[in-house]
Amino acid sequence: MKFKKLITVVLGALAIPFAAVAGEDSQLTVEGQLMVTSVAAPAHMENVDKIFSGWVFRKDETQALQMDDFDNPAFIFIDKAIDTFSKVEGTAGKACVSCHESPEVFKGLRASMPRVNSSGELETIPELVNGCRTERMGAEKWKWSGGSMAGIVGLIGLQSRGMSVDVTIDGPASSMWEKGKELYYTRVGQLNMSCANCHEDNYGNMIRADHLSMGQINGFPTYRLKNAKLNTIHGRFKGCMKNIRATPYKEGGDEFKALELYVASRSNGLTVETPSVRN
Amino acid sequence: MKIFAKVAFVAAFIGSASFAGSITPSDVTFGEDGEVTASLTGVVGDAANGRKLFMNRKKGNCLACHVNSEMSEQSFHGEVGPELDGVAARWNTAELRGILVNSKMMFEGTIMPSFYWDSGYERTLKKFVGKTILEAQEVEDVLAYLSTLKE
Repeated sequence: MKFKKLITVVLGALAIPFAAVAGEDSQLTVEGQLMVTSVAAPAHMENVDKIFSGWVFRKDETQALQMDDFDNPAFIFIDKAIDTFSKVEGTAGKACVSCHESPEVFKGLRASMPRVNSSGELETIPELVNGCRTERMGAEKWKWSGGSMAGIVGLIGLQSRGMSVDVTIDGPASSMWEKGKELYYTRVGQLNMSCANCHEDNYGNMIRADHLSMGQINGFPTYRLKNAKLNTIHGRFKGCMKNIRATPYKEGGDEFKALELYVASRSNGLTVETPSVRN
Repeated sequence: MKIFAKVAFVAAFIGSASFAGSITPSDVTFGEDGEVTASLTGVVGDAANGRKLFMNRKKGNCLACHVNSEMSEQSFHGEVGPELDGVAARWNTAELRGILVNSKMMFEGTIMPSFYWDSGYERTLKKFVGKTILEAQEVEDVLAYLSTLKE
Protein backbone atom coordinates (compact mmCIF):
# COMPACT_ATOMS: atom_id res chain seq x y z
CA MET A 1 0.00 0.00 0.00
CA LYS A 2 2.62 2.44 1.07
CA PHE A 3 4.68 1.59 -1.98
CA LYS A 4 1.75 2.09 -4.28
CA LYS A 5 1.04 5.47 -2.77
CA LEU A 6 4.64 6.48 -3.18
CA ILE A 7 4.57 5.50 -6.84
CA THR A 8 1.45 7.58 -7.36
CA VAL A 9 3.09 10.57 -5.73
CA VAL A 10 6.25 10.18 -7.78
CA LEU A 11 4.31 9.77 -11.02
CA GLY A 12 2.14 12.71 -10.09
CA ALA A 13 5.19 14.87 -9.53
CA LEU A 14 6.71 13.74 -12.79
CA ALA A 15 3.52 14.39 -14.72
CA ILE A 16 3.70 18.12 -14.10
CA PRO A 17 6.92 18.99 -15.91
CA PHE A 18 6.39 16.29 -18.52
CA ALA A 19 2.94 17.50 -19.44
CA ALA A 20 4.44 20.78 -20.60
CA VAL A 21 6.27 19.15 -23.48
CA ALA A 22 4.55 16.96 -26.03
CA GLY A 23 6.36 13.89 -27.23
CA GLU A 24 9.11 14.27 -24.68
CA ASP A 25 9.57 10.51 -24.65
CA SER A 26 9.94 10.23 -28.43
CA GLN A 27 13.49 9.75 -29.61
CA LEU A 28 15.21 11.36 -32.52
CA THR A 29 17.43 9.11 -34.57
CA VAL A 30 18.86 10.57 -37.74
CA GLU A 31 20.25 8.08 -40.21
CA GLY A 32 20.37 5.60 -37.36
CA GLN A 33 22.24 7.94 -35.00
CA LEU A 34 20.55 8.78 -31.69
CA MET A 35 20.36 12.49 -30.84
CA VAL A 36 20.10 13.94 -27.34
CA THR A 37 16.87 15.98 -27.46
CA SER A 38 16.50 16.48 -23.71
CA VAL A 39 19.15 16.70 -21.03
CA ALA A 40 19.90 18.41 -17.73
CA ALA A 41 20.29 22.15 -18.24
CA PRO A 42 23.82 23.58 -18.14
CA ALA A 43 24.78 24.93 -14.70
CA HIS A 44 24.60 28.58 -15.80
CA MET A 45 20.83 28.37 -16.42
CA GLU A 46 19.28 29.52 -13.17
CA ASN A 47 15.59 29.09 -13.98
CA VAL A 48 15.52 25.86 -15.96
CA ASP A 49 16.30 22.28 -14.90
CA LYS A 50 16.05 20.51 -18.20
CA ILE A 51 16.59 21.62 -21.78
CA PHE A 52 14.77 20.37 -24.87
CA SER A 53 15.58 20.49 -28.55
CA GLY A 54 13.03 22.27 -30.72
CA TRP A 55 12.42 18.91 -32.39
CA VAL A 56 10.53 17.74 -29.29
CA PHE A 57 7.88 20.45 -29.77
CA ARG A 58 7.08 19.65 -33.38
CA LYS A 59 4.29 17.46 -34.74
CA ASP A 60 4.95 13.83 -35.67
CA GLU A 61 5.01 14.53 -39.42
CA THR A 62 7.52 17.35 -39.02
CA GLN A 63 9.62 15.24 -36.64
CA ALA A 64 9.71 12.37 -39.13
CA LEU A 65 11.10 14.59 -41.92
CA GLN A 66 14.33 15.04 -39.97
CA MET A 67 14.94 11.35 -39.36
CA ASP A 68 15.98 10.44 -42.88
CA ASP A 69 18.18 12.61 -45.09
CA PHE A 70 16.20 11.62 -48.18
CA ASP A 71 13.04 13.02 -46.58
CA ASN A 72 14.72 16.10 -45.14
CA PRO A 73 14.09 18.99 -47.57
CA ALA A 74 17.16 20.82 -46.24
CA PHE A 75 19.32 18.44 -48.23
CA ILE A 76 18.30 20.12 -51.48
CA PHE A 77 20.28 23.09 -50.21
CA ILE A 78 23.07 20.99 -48.72
CA ASP A 79 23.56 19.33 -52.12
CA LYS A 80 23.79 22.74 -53.76
CA ALA A 81 26.38 23.74 -51.16
CA ILE A 82 28.45 20.65 -51.99
CA ASP A 83 28.66 21.96 -55.57
CA THR A 84 29.48 25.45 -54.30
CA PHE A 85 32.31 23.99 -52.24
CA SER A 86 34.30 23.16 -55.36
CA LYS A 87 33.20 26.13 -57.45
CA VAL A 88 36.05 28.52 -58.30
CA GLU A 89 35.16 32.15 -57.63
CA GLY A 90 37.04 35.43 -57.22
CA THR A 91 40.30 36.91 -58.43
CA ALA A 92 42.55 34.28 -56.83
CA GLY A 93 41.00 31.50 -58.89
CA LYS A 94 40.18 29.43 -55.84
CA ALA A 95 37.29 27.39 -54.48
CA CYS A 96 36.71 26.26 -50.88
CA VAL A 97 38.20 22.92 -51.87
CA SER A 98 41.48 24.57 -52.88
CA CYS A 99 42.36 24.99 -49.20
CA HIS A 100 39.94 22.62 -47.44
CA GLU A 101 40.22 19.10 -48.79
CA SER A 102 36.56 18.30 -48.18
CA PRO A 103 33.66 19.56 -46.02
CA GLU A 104 34.51 16.81 -43.53
CA VAL A 105 37.56 18.70 -42.31
CA PHE A 106 35.10 20.96 -40.50
CA LYS A 107 33.90 18.18 -38.21
CA GLY A 108 33.52 19.61 -34.70
CA LEU A 109 33.56 23.29 -35.64
CA ARG A 110 29.79 23.86 -35.44
CA ALA A 111 29.60 22.35 -31.95
CA SER A 112 31.86 25.02 -30.43
CA MET A 113 30.65 28.11 -32.30
CA PRO A 114 30.49 30.99 -31.81
CA ARG A 115 33.89 31.39 -30.17
CA VAL A 116 36.45 34.05 -29.38
CA ASN A 117 39.39 34.02 -31.81
CA SER A 118 43.06 34.82 -31.16
CA SER A 119 42.41 38.54 -31.74
CA GLY A 120 39.85 38.50 -28.93
CA GLU A 121 36.87 38.86 -31.27
CA LEU A 122 33.74 36.77 -31.11
CA GLU A 123 33.49 34.95 -34.44
CA THR A 124 30.72 33.02 -36.13
CA ILE A 125 30.71 30.57 -39.05
CA PRO A 126 29.35 33.08 -41.61
CA GLU A 127 32.22 35.43 -40.72
CA LEU A 128 34.78 32.68 -41.24
CA VAL A 129 33.20 31.95 -44.63
CA ASN A 130 33.22 35.58 -45.70
CA GLY A 131 36.78 35.96 -44.38
CA CYS A 132 37.87 33.17 -46.74
CA ARG A 133 35.93 34.64 -49.63
CA THR A 134 37.32 38.17 -49.37
CA GLU A 135 40.87 37.46 -48.13
CA ARG A 136 41.78 34.18 -49.81
CA MET A 137 39.51 33.91 -52.83
CA GLY A 138 39.23 37.57 -53.77
CA ALA A 139 35.49 37.05 -54.08
CA GLU A 140 32.50 39.11 -52.98
CA LYS A 141 31.10 38.71 -49.48
CA TRP A 142 27.89 36.75 -49.20
CA LYS A 143 24.82 38.19 -47.54
CA TRP A 144 24.40 36.87 -43.99
CA SER A 145 21.10 35.09 -44.60
CA GLY A 146 21.32 34.62 -48.35
CA GLY A 147 20.86 31.20 -49.91
CA SER A 148 24.58 30.61 -50.64
CA MET A 149 25.62 31.46 -47.09
CA ALA A 150 22.84 29.46 -45.41
CA GLY A 151 23.74 26.47 -47.60
CA ILE A 152 27.47 26.46 -46.92
CA VAL A 153 26.92 27.10 -43.18
CA GLY A 154 24.51 24.15 -43.25
CA LEU A 155 27.09 21.95 -44.98
CA ILE A 156 29.77 22.91 -42.45
CA GLY A 157 27.31 22.36 -39.57
CA LEU A 158 26.27 18.95 -40.87
CA GLN A 159 29.81 17.68 -40.31
CA SER A 160 29.24 18.05 -36.54
CA ARG A 161 25.81 16.43 -36.54
CA GLY A 162 25.47 14.11 -33.56
CA MET A 163 28.19 15.88 -31.57
CA SER A 164 27.42 17.56 -28.27
CA VAL A 165 27.03 21.36 -28.30
CA ASP A 166 29.91 22.66 -26.22
CA VAL A 167 30.22 26.43 -26.39
CA THR A 168 32.78 28.17 -24.17
CA ILE A 169 31.32 30.94 -22.05
CA ASP A 170 34.12 31.85 -19.67
CA GLY A 171 37.53 33.47 -20.15
CA PRO A 172 37.63 35.93 -23.04
CA ALA A 173 34.07 34.95 -24.03
CA SER A 174 32.53 36.04 -20.74
CA SER A 175 31.87 39.70 -21.51
CA MET A 176 30.07 38.93 -24.79
CA TRP A 177 28.21 36.11 -23.07
CA GLU A 178 27.01 38.50 -20.35
CA LYS A 179 25.93 40.95 -23.00
CA GLY A 180 23.98 38.20 -24.77
CA LYS A 181 22.34 37.18 -21.52
CA GLU A 182 21.26 40.74 -20.87
CA LEU A 183 19.70 40.94 -24.34
CA TYR A 184 17.90 37.65 -23.72
CA TYR A 185 16.16 39.08 -20.68
CA THR A 186 15.47 42.59 -22.05
CA ARG A 187 11.93 43.41 -23.11
CA VAL A 188 11.61 45.11 -26.49
CA GLY A 189 9.02 46.24 -28.98
CA GLN A 190 5.42 47.35 -28.71
CA LEU A 191 4.46 43.92 -27.35
CA ASN A 192 7.19 44.53 -24.77
CA MET A 193 8.56 41.00 -24.48
CA SER A 194 11.95 39.42 -23.93
CA CYS A 195 13.20 36.11 -25.33
CA ALA A 196 12.68 34.67 -21.85
CA ASN A 197 8.99 35.62 -21.66
CA CYS A 198 8.18 33.06 -24.35
CA HIS A 199 11.11 30.63 -24.48
CA GLU A 200 11.90 30.28 -20.80
CA ASP A 201 8.60 31.06 -19.03
CA ASN A 202 6.20 29.59 -21.58
CA TYR A 203 7.86 26.83 -23.60
CA GLY A 204 5.45 23.96 -24.15
CA ASN A 205 2.47 26.33 -24.29
CA MET A 206 0.55 27.11 -27.44
CA ILE A 207 0.48 30.62 -28.88
CA ARG A 208 -2.59 30.12 -31.00
CA ALA A 209 -1.44 27.43 -33.49
CA ASP A 210 2.25 27.65 -32.59
CA HIS A 211 3.79 25.37 -30.01
CA LEU A 212 6.37 27.45 -28.12
CA SER A 213 9.81 25.86 -27.97
CA MET A 214 12.78 26.77 -25.80
CA GLY A 215 14.28 28.64 -28.74
CA GLN A 216 17.29 26.34 -28.98
CA ILE A 217 19.57 26.85 -31.98
CA ASN A 218 21.36 23.47 -32.10
CA GLY A 219 19.58 22.56 -35.35
CA PHE A 220 20.43 25.69 -37.35
CA PRO A 221 20.50 26.42 -40.17
CA THR A 222 17.03 24.91 -40.13
CA TYR A 223 14.64 24.13 -42.95
CA ARG A 224 11.30 25.73 -42.13
CA LEU A 225 8.11 24.42 -43.72
CA LYS A 226 6.81 27.99 -43.39
CA ASN A 227 9.21 29.45 -45.96
CA ALA A 228 10.69 26.33 -47.59
CA LYS A 229 14.32 27.38 -47.22
CA LEU A 230 17.28 27.13 -44.89
CA ASN A 231 16.99 29.71 -42.12
CA THR A 232 19.98 31.19 -40.35
CA ILE A 233 20.27 31.87 -36.63
CA HIS A 234 20.35 35.66 -37.02
CA GLY A 235 17.55 35.48 -39.58
CA ARG A 236 15.40 33.72 -36.99
CA PHE A 237 16.29 36.24 -34.27
CA LYS A 238 15.23 38.97 -36.68
CA GLY A 239 11.88 37.28 -37.35
CA CYS A 240 11.21 36.91 -33.64
CA MET A 241 11.90 40.58 -32.99
CA LYS A 242 9.57 41.66 -35.78
CA ASN A 243 6.85 39.44 -34.32
CA ILE A 244 6.96 41.41 -31.10
CA ARG A 245 7.01 44.64 -33.10
CA ALA A 246 10.62 45.46 -32.26
CA THR A 247 13.29 46.84 -34.59
CA PRO A 248 15.66 43.91 -35.15
CA TYR A 249 19.37 44.25 -34.56
CA LYS A 250 21.60 43.89 -37.62
CA GLU A 251 22.39 40.37 -38.82
CA GLY A 252 26.06 39.81 -38.10
CA GLY A 253 26.15 42.74 -35.67
CA ASP A 254 27.58 42.60 -32.15
CA GLU A 255 24.15 42.26 -30.48
CA PHE A 256 23.03 39.22 -32.46
CA LYS A 257 26.49 37.65 -32.18
CA ALA A 258 26.38 38.05 -28.40
CA LEU A 259 22.83 36.70 -28.32
CA GLU A 260 23.91 33.77 -30.50
CA LEU A 261 26.67 32.94 -28.02
CA TYR A 262 24.31 33.10 -25.07
CA VAL A 263 21.51 31.11 -26.73
CA ALA A 264 24.02 28.54 -28.01
CA SER A 265 25.27 28.12 -24.45
CA ARG A 266 21.72 27.32 -23.35
CA SER A 267 21.90 24.27 -25.62
CA ASN A 268 25.20 22.95 -24.24
CA GLY A 269 24.61 19.21 -23.89
CA LEU A 270 22.09 18.82 -26.71
CA THR A 271 23.37 17.44 -30.01
CA VAL A 272 24.03 19.40 -33.16
CA GLU A 273 21.08 18.55 -35.44
CA THR A 274 22.06 20.66 -38.43
CA PRO A 275 20.17 20.74 -40.73
CA SER A 276 16.98 20.35 -38.71
CA VAL A 277 13.36 20.62 -39.90
CA ARG A 278 10.93 22.91 -38.13
CA ASN A 279 7.57 24.61 -38.76
CA MET B 1 -33.29 80.06 -23.89
CA LYS B 2 -32.75 77.56 -21.13
CA ILE B 3 -33.69 74.63 -23.37
CA PHE B 4 -31.39 75.89 -26.11
CA ALA B 5 -28.48 76.02 -23.69
CA LYS B 6 -29.15 72.46 -22.58
CA VAL B 7 -29.26 71.16 -26.14
CA ALA B 8 -26.06 72.97 -26.97
CA PHE B 9 -24.38 71.44 -23.91
CA VAL B 10 -25.48 67.90 -24.82
CA ALA B 11 -24.40 68.37 -28.44
CA ALA B 12 -20.99 69.56 -27.31
CA PHE B 13 -20.66 66.55 -25.02
CA ILE B 14 -21.51 64.06 -27.77
CA GLY B 15 -19.15 65.84 -30.11
CA SER B 16 -16.28 65.62 -27.69
CA ALA B 17 -16.97 61.97 -26.92
CA SER B 18 -16.82 60.81 -30.49
CA PHE B 19 -13.95 63.01 -31.64
CA ALA B 20 -11.50 64.56 -29.23
CA GLY B 21 -12.97 62.99 -26.13
CA SER B 22 -10.82 59.87 -25.80
CA ILE B 23 -8.59 59.83 -22.77
CA THR B 24 -4.98 59.66 -23.96
CA PRO B 25 -2.90 56.74 -22.60
CA SER B 26 -0.88 59.02 -20.36
CA ASP B 27 -4.07 60.51 -18.88
CA VAL B 28 -5.68 57.23 -17.87
CA THR B 29 -6.30 57.13 -14.11
CA PHE B 30 -5.62 53.81 -12.42
CA GLY B 31 -7.07 52.83 -9.07
CA GLU B 32 -5.04 51.31 -6.28
CA ASP B 33 -5.24 47.79 -7.71
CA GLY B 34 -4.75 48.76 -11.35
CA GLU B 35 -8.42 49.16 -12.20
CA VAL B 36 -9.69 51.91 -14.53
CA THR B 37 -13.15 53.15 -13.61
CA ALA B 38 -13.79 55.77 -16.29
CA SER B 39 -14.62 54.78 -19.85
CA LEU B 40 -11.82 55.75 -22.25
CA THR B 41 -14.29 57.34 -24.67
CA GLY B 42 -17.66 57.80 -22.99
CA VAL B 43 -19.17 55.74 -25.81
CA VAL B 44 -20.65 52.37 -24.88
CA GLY B 45 -18.61 49.51 -26.30
CA ASP B 46 -19.80 47.38 -29.21
CA ALA B 47 -19.53 43.75 -28.09
CA ALA B 48 -19.92 42.35 -31.62
CA ASN B 49 -16.96 44.40 -32.82
CA GLY B 50 -15.08 43.48 -29.64
CA ARG B 51 -15.50 39.81 -30.53
CA LYS B 52 -13.89 40.44 -33.93
CA LEU B 53 -11.01 42.37 -32.36
CA PHE B 54 -10.51 39.52 -29.89
CA MET B 55 -9.66 37.05 -32.67
CA ASN B 56 -8.07 39.45 -35.19
CA ARG B 57 -4.35 38.64 -35.33
CA LYS B 58 -3.42 42.24 -36.14
CA LYS B 59 -5.63 43.76 -33.45
CA GLY B 60 -6.32 42.23 -30.04
CA ASN B 61 -5.28 38.69 -30.98
CA CYS B 62 -6.39 37.78 -27.44
CA LEU B 63 -7.00 34.23 -28.68
CA ALA B 64 -3.25 33.84 -29.23
CA CYS B 65 -2.80 33.45 -25.48
CA HIS B 66 -6.24 32.70 -24.00
CA VAL B 67 -8.72 29.84 -24.30
CA ASN B 68 -12.24 31.14 -24.91
CA SER B 69 -15.00 28.52 -25.23
CA GLU B 70 -17.45 31.10 -26.57
CA MET B 71 -15.24 31.16 -29.68
CA SER B 72 -15.10 27.40 -30.16
CA GLU B 73 -15.51 27.79 -33.93
CA GLN B 74 -11.89 29.01 -33.98
CA SER B 75 -9.50 26.03 -34.11
CA PHE B 76 -6.54 27.31 -32.15
CA HIS B 77 -6.67 28.84 -28.70
CA GLY B 78 -3.53 29.85 -26.84
CA GLU B 79 -2.39 28.62 -23.45
CA VAL B 80 -0.09 31.38 -22.24
CA GLY B 81 -2.64 33.30 -20.17
CA PRO B 82 -5.61 32.17 -18.07
CA GLU B 83 -8.79 30.87 -19.72
CA LEU B 84 -11.35 33.59 -20.26
CA ASP B 85 -14.49 31.52 -19.74
CA GLY B 86 -16.44 33.36 -17.07
CA VAL B 87 -13.93 36.20 -16.92
CA ALA B 88 -16.70 38.75 -16.31
CA ALA B 89 -17.78 36.82 -13.24
CA ARG B 90 -14.29 37.01 -11.78
CA TRP B 91 -13.50 40.66 -12.53
CA ASN B 92 -15.63 43.76 -12.63
CA THR B 93 -15.70 46.21 -15.53
CA ALA B 94 -13.14 48.60 -14.06
CA GLU B 95 -10.72 45.77 -13.36
CA LEU B 96 -11.10 44.33 -16.85
CA ARG B 97 -10.54 47.77 -18.36
CA GLY B 98 -7.38 48.17 -16.29
CA ILE B 99 -6.10 44.77 -17.42
CA LEU B 100 -6.69 45.68 -21.06
CA VAL B 101 -5.15 49.15 -20.84
CA ASN B 102 -2.01 48.10 -18.95
CA SER B 103 -2.11 44.80 -17.12
CA LYS B 104 1.30 45.50 -15.58
CA MET B 105 -0.39 47.90 -13.15
CA MET B 106 -2.18 44.89 -11.68
CA PHE B 107 0.21 42.01 -12.41
CA GLU B 108 3.82 43.06 -12.11
CA GLY B 109 6.09 41.40 -14.67
CA THR B 110 3.27 39.84 -16.69
CA ILE B 111 3.98 38.81 -20.30
CA MET B 112 0.65 40.37 -21.35
CA PRO B 113 1.09 43.38 -23.64
CA SER B 114 -0.45 46.71 -22.67
CA PHE B 115 -3.14 47.40 -25.23
CA TYR B 116 -3.60 51.13 -24.57
CA TRP B 117 -0.09 52.30 -23.74
CA ASP B 118 2.22 54.22 -26.03
CA SER B 119 5.43 55.03 -24.20
CA GLY B 120 8.39 53.52 -22.41
CA TYR B 121 9.01 50.87 -25.04
CA GLU B 122 12.48 49.98 -26.36
CA ARG B 123 13.30 49.55 -30.07
CA THR B 124 9.70 49.61 -31.23
CA LEU B 125 9.34 49.10 -35.01
CA LYS B 126 9.00 52.48 -36.68
CA LYS B 127 5.41 52.02 -37.79
CA PHE B 128 4.27 51.35 -34.22
CA VAL B 129 6.21 54.12 -32.47
CA GLY B 130 3.96 56.33 -30.34
CA LYS B 131 0.97 54.14 -31.14
CA THR B 132 -1.18 51.90 -28.99
CA ILE B 133 -2.03 48.32 -29.95
CA LEU B 134 -5.75 49.14 -29.79
CA GLU B 135 -7.58 52.46 -30.16
CA ALA B 136 -9.52 53.76 -27.15
CA GLN B 137 -12.88 52.73 -28.58
CA GLU B 138 -11.51 49.32 -29.53
CA VAL B 139 -10.56 48.76 -25.88
CA GLU B 140 -14.13 49.64 -24.89
CA ASP B 141 -15.45 47.26 -27.57
CA VAL B 142 -13.29 44.35 -26.35
CA LEU B 143 -14.36 45.20 -22.81
CA ALA B 144 -18.02 45.04 -23.86
CA TYR B 145 -17.38 41.61 -25.38
CA LEU B 146 -15.50 40.33 -22.30
CA SER B 147 -18.40 41.52 -20.15
CA THR B 148 -20.61 38.96 -21.92
CA LEU B 149 -18.37 36.07 -20.80
CA LYS B 150 -20.13 35.38 -17.54
CA GLU B 151 -19.77 31.63 -17.25
